[in-house]
Amino acid sequence: METEEFKPGSAGAPSAGQENSSSLFHYSRLLVIMILVLMALFPSCRSGRSGHSLVVAGSTSIQPFADKWAEVFMEKRPGEIVDVQGGGSSAGIQAVLTGAAHIGMSSRELKGDEKELYQIEVAHDGLAIIVHPSNPLENITIEQVKSIFLGEITTWETLNGQKKAITVVVREEGSGTRGAFQELVMGKSRITKKAIVQDSNGTVREIVSRDPNAIGFISLGLVNDSVKALALNGVKPTEEAILKKEYKLVRPFLFLTRETPSGLAKEFIDFILSDEIQELVHKEGLIPVRRGSRPEGSR
Amino acid sequence: MTRLEKNDRLVRLGLLMIALSAISVLAIITLFIFEQGTPIMFRYGFKSFLLGQDWYPSEKSFGLLPMIVGSLMVTFGALIIGVPLGLASAIFLTEFSHRRLTRILKPVIELLAGIPSVVYGFIGLMFLVPFIRDNFGGPGLSVLAASLILGIMILPTVISIAIDSIRAVPDSYREGSIALGATRWQTVRMVVLPAARSGIIAGIILGMGRAIGETMAVIMVAGNAADIPGSILAPVRTLTSNIALEMAYASGEHREALFATGVILFIIIMILNTIANVTSTRQRKK
Repeated sequence: METEEFKPGSAGAPSAGQENSSSLFHYSRLLVIMILVLMALFPSCRSGRSGHSLVVAGSTSIQPFADKWAEVFMEKRPGEIVDVQGGGSSAGIQAVLTGAAHIGMSSRELKGDEKELYQIEVAHDGLAIIVHPSNPLENITIEQVKSIFLGEITTWETLNGQKKAITVVVREEGSGTRGAFQELVMGKSRITKKAIVQDSNGTVREIVSRDPNAIGFISLGLVNDSVKALALNGVKPTEEAILKKEYKLVRPFLFLTRETPSGLAKEFIDFILSDEIQELVHKEGLIPVRRGSRPEGSR
Repeated sequence: MTRLEKNDRLVRLGLLMIALSAISVLAIITLFIFEQGTPIMFRYGFKSFLLGQDWYPSEKSFGLLPMIVGSLMVTFGALIIGVPLGLASAIFLTEFSHRRLTRILKPVIELLAGIPSVVYGFIGLMFLVPFIRDNFGGPGLSVLAASLILGIMILPTVISIAIDSIRAVPDSYREGSIALGATRWQTVRMVVLPAARSGIIAGIILGMGRAIGETMAVIMVAGNAADIPGSILAPVRTLTSNIALEMAYASGEHREALFATGVILFIIIMILNTIANVTSTRQRKK
């Protein structure tokens, strides 16, 4: 008797087999339920945010910064919710025009009817064209930059006399820095497929600092001694040149509202224009601005 | 009797639940990737994904061919470097070295598998890339750099599986061959290797799976240009790099296209795993 107890499936083999099939059926039902529960959990994660909140939507270049600002804001004012969404500058402008968002974010200047909106510059973003420090080139024109990134100019010969192939380094698709470069330099033309792609300003700088034949672009605030920022059409990329609008590779970070901001929207915008956040802006490589402005010619 | 049987059933049920949870995670991941990745492929057509050469997601151009070719090139390159080295090491460690030396060397080789891939990538970026740039030309970030790094990364897999399958060859084969007057090398070449063939191939295919799935090290040394490389000194982007590079800011269709990249990668890896399973069962039957 004892030995039988220790050996399941010796004497009671047929009954065990039956049990097996019925329990297997049972388990498979359990599995289905488990999967259903897990799948039900996924969408609930997405729609987690709701209730009364300030919706800020638009430029994906501003979004990561705005996320951080919103985080600090919500820490200071518990109970208030700032919901930052992406979608792109145009989507953000549309969202604020239709009232889908309280604040729109745009990293390009407004055009046409869009100028009806109330706009507040919260920061500037400058782009530096960088090369290896040993590169004798000091100045470059926007047209030359465009030809290089189009893949039309492939050697340094016409630029600094060296018969070396140019290593073009760019950011990945979807990045705000690439978006800015595309808009300010390339227009509708495509950046060459042969360009080396890196996923951060830091790695672009790292590669340009190590390759004597490389050229790339990064946020102005992240330029350091390991690379050389070229003058563009004769203008050195400095903060003053940008504020005087002499250096061309700059775009504004705009916050847009339909009316003069009020309530939570005003509080949030004032907060971003406060010294504390503007200092954060500076630390993150942007150029701070402290003035809100109503464009000429609007209501 | 009933108490013990009950216990037994409880344990069995518990273990089954745990086993099923692992399987259900796999099922959910598969479902999720396909749910997210296939709609866009239907919308734009499989052909434009598999054969399109232009990857400009912001302009709705989602050609994955450069990345598919890139993954295959880099993986093939890794095999060209990793397989001869790995096979030679395995043969030496099983057939020619002292047992004591093997006992030291094998764990050391297996230690290679424990080095995080970001460290391989970093070393590649700091030493291998400048070396290639200075001595062979090009930007240094290249198919060659990625293949070399991956070739080293797959060594532990190739070596340990090759050692196991060479050891599984019965000694009577070797004795018979040597009794016939063959030298040691002739025995290895004509008797041992053919007998261990399918195990070795399974190891190579597993190494291949590791190479095609590796991401971090490749991103760091490959240059990631979304273009079909013209030479081994040109930069290259793999399927895995494509996802990891662009996921940070991708939204909408761009994000879906990255999932579609995942679908294609998933299919390629499934095919490789199936081949590996088939070859290794065939060996067991022998």
